Amino acid sequence: MALSRDEIREGLSDILEEVAGVNPDDVADGKSFTDDLDVDSLAMVEVVVAAEEKFGVKIPDDEVANLKTVGDAVSYIEKG
Amino acid sequence: MTGLGATTPLGGDVASTWEALVAGRSGVHLLEHEWAKELPCRIAAELAVEPSEVLPRVRLRRLDRSEQIALVAAQQAWDDAGLSDDLDKERLGVVFGSGIGGALTLLAQDDILEESGPRKVSPFTVPMLMPNGPAAVVGLEFGAQAGVHAPTSACATSAEAISWAADMIRAGRADVVVAGGAEAVIGGLPMAGFSSMKAMSTRNDDPEHASRPWDRDRDGFVMGEGSGALILERRDHAEARGAKIYAVVAGSGLTSDGYDIVQPDPECRGGGRAMAAAIKQAGIDPKDIGHVNAHATSTPVGDMAEVKGIKRVVGDHVVLTATKSMTGHLLGGAGAVESIAAIMAIVDGVIPPTINLENPDPALDLDVAANEARKVELKAALNTAFGFGGHNAALLFAKA
Repeated sequence: MALSRDEIREGLSDILEEVAGVNPDDVADGKSFTDDLDVDSLAMVEVVVAAEEKFGVKIPDDEVANLKTVGDAVSYIEKG
Repeated sequence: MTGLGATTPLGGDVASTWEALVAGRSGVHLLEHEWAKELPCRIAAELAVEPSEVLPRVRLRRLDRSEQIALVAAQQAWDDAGLSDDLDKERLGVVFGSGIGGALTLLAQDDILEESGPRKVSPFTVPMLMPNGPAAVVGLEFGAQAGVHAPTSACATSAEAISWAADMIRAGRADVVVAGGAEAVIGGLPMAGFSSMKAMSTRNDDPEHASRPWDRDRDGFVMGEGSGALILERRDHAEARGAKIYAVVAGSGLTSDGYDIVQPDPECRGGGRAMAAAIKQAGIDPKDIGHVNAHATSTPVGDMAEVKGIKRVVGDHVVLTATKSMTGHLLGGAGAVESIAAIMAIVDGVIPPTINLENPDPALDLDVAANEARKVELKAALNTAFGFGGHNAALLFAKA
């Protein structure tokens, strides 16, 4: 069964907290990884690898540049 | 010297480490880790306070253990010196070294590469394993812009760092320098490597008595992990802000043996020249040097060679001690932690003991503070550190 957007966001939030120390309360679709959540490029690499594992998706490197906000990432993972 | 910081097998800060040193406590114990089971040497001196008790979790993830403890010690030294953030950062330098660097990170990430493929390798691998990592992390923490340097000279590393730091100030390149070293390589490969060289003690059944410099029954060094940090500051800069001054770096000497990659020169010629250079720079009468915190690692050859050098250059009046009998050998962290011990000996007028000196080597013909701390008024004290590769450092500290 496919995960809902809320479930994906919650899973991402766990990863962001684990690898980058992001407060789960700050995680929302409109938030930018770099500008709002202070996730720098190296931390983003860790987030992507952890998300691939957690959600069983492939996120190619050229795609990562398009994932500017939490909402972008949720949508990408939702599409699978 | 206006600030001191340390995290060692004896304590999580300078006060607790110093108290344990003076009390003669050993930080060495049997390693219970699975990876240690097959090693010839299964004893070591692990940190008394884990960095995870001090640093936030995400910070820890991105730093090698050597960088974590460098940061812990440097932060303590910074706070102790009472330096404020409005310091001119273009006049702030860092000289911080590690003997081996992020070897444990390298090994752990290599395991990940083998088991899970390159994509799983941490993007922080390189900044975690690079030998200048501790210096860079400390430099970033305080925003140092006068230069961040990372000497790497094995077990002489952090004594060399203090010498470079003093030179930086003498050359007018900086007003304040954070100096020191950190080492955290208690793990299978580093310990197996040192064991294959027959450099480590195998007294696994009696860990607390394994590190026994100058004792007849010494059989090699015991590895420790830890970091020491010192704030060096131009005297007039320190006086202008009313900082407390622990001691001054009166002189320092750096030489190399040109003799062998690991064997010490049996006459300690290079080590002696380093001591002589420190004394010459300080312009101090060797008679005024009351104490030497010696390199003495508890190896058969090195311990006695050093005694020859000290006797020849400094004289036969000095009281020696080897704090490695308690901390184990902190490798790249040794010079800094032992310099702190030498400085505290001047400040408190007490020389910490060399424990486990039960049957002194017959060739030991200098006075050692054996097994009990010694109260002595000190005008000046010397610290020595020698490293594989034939690196020699001597630091002469004098009462402020």
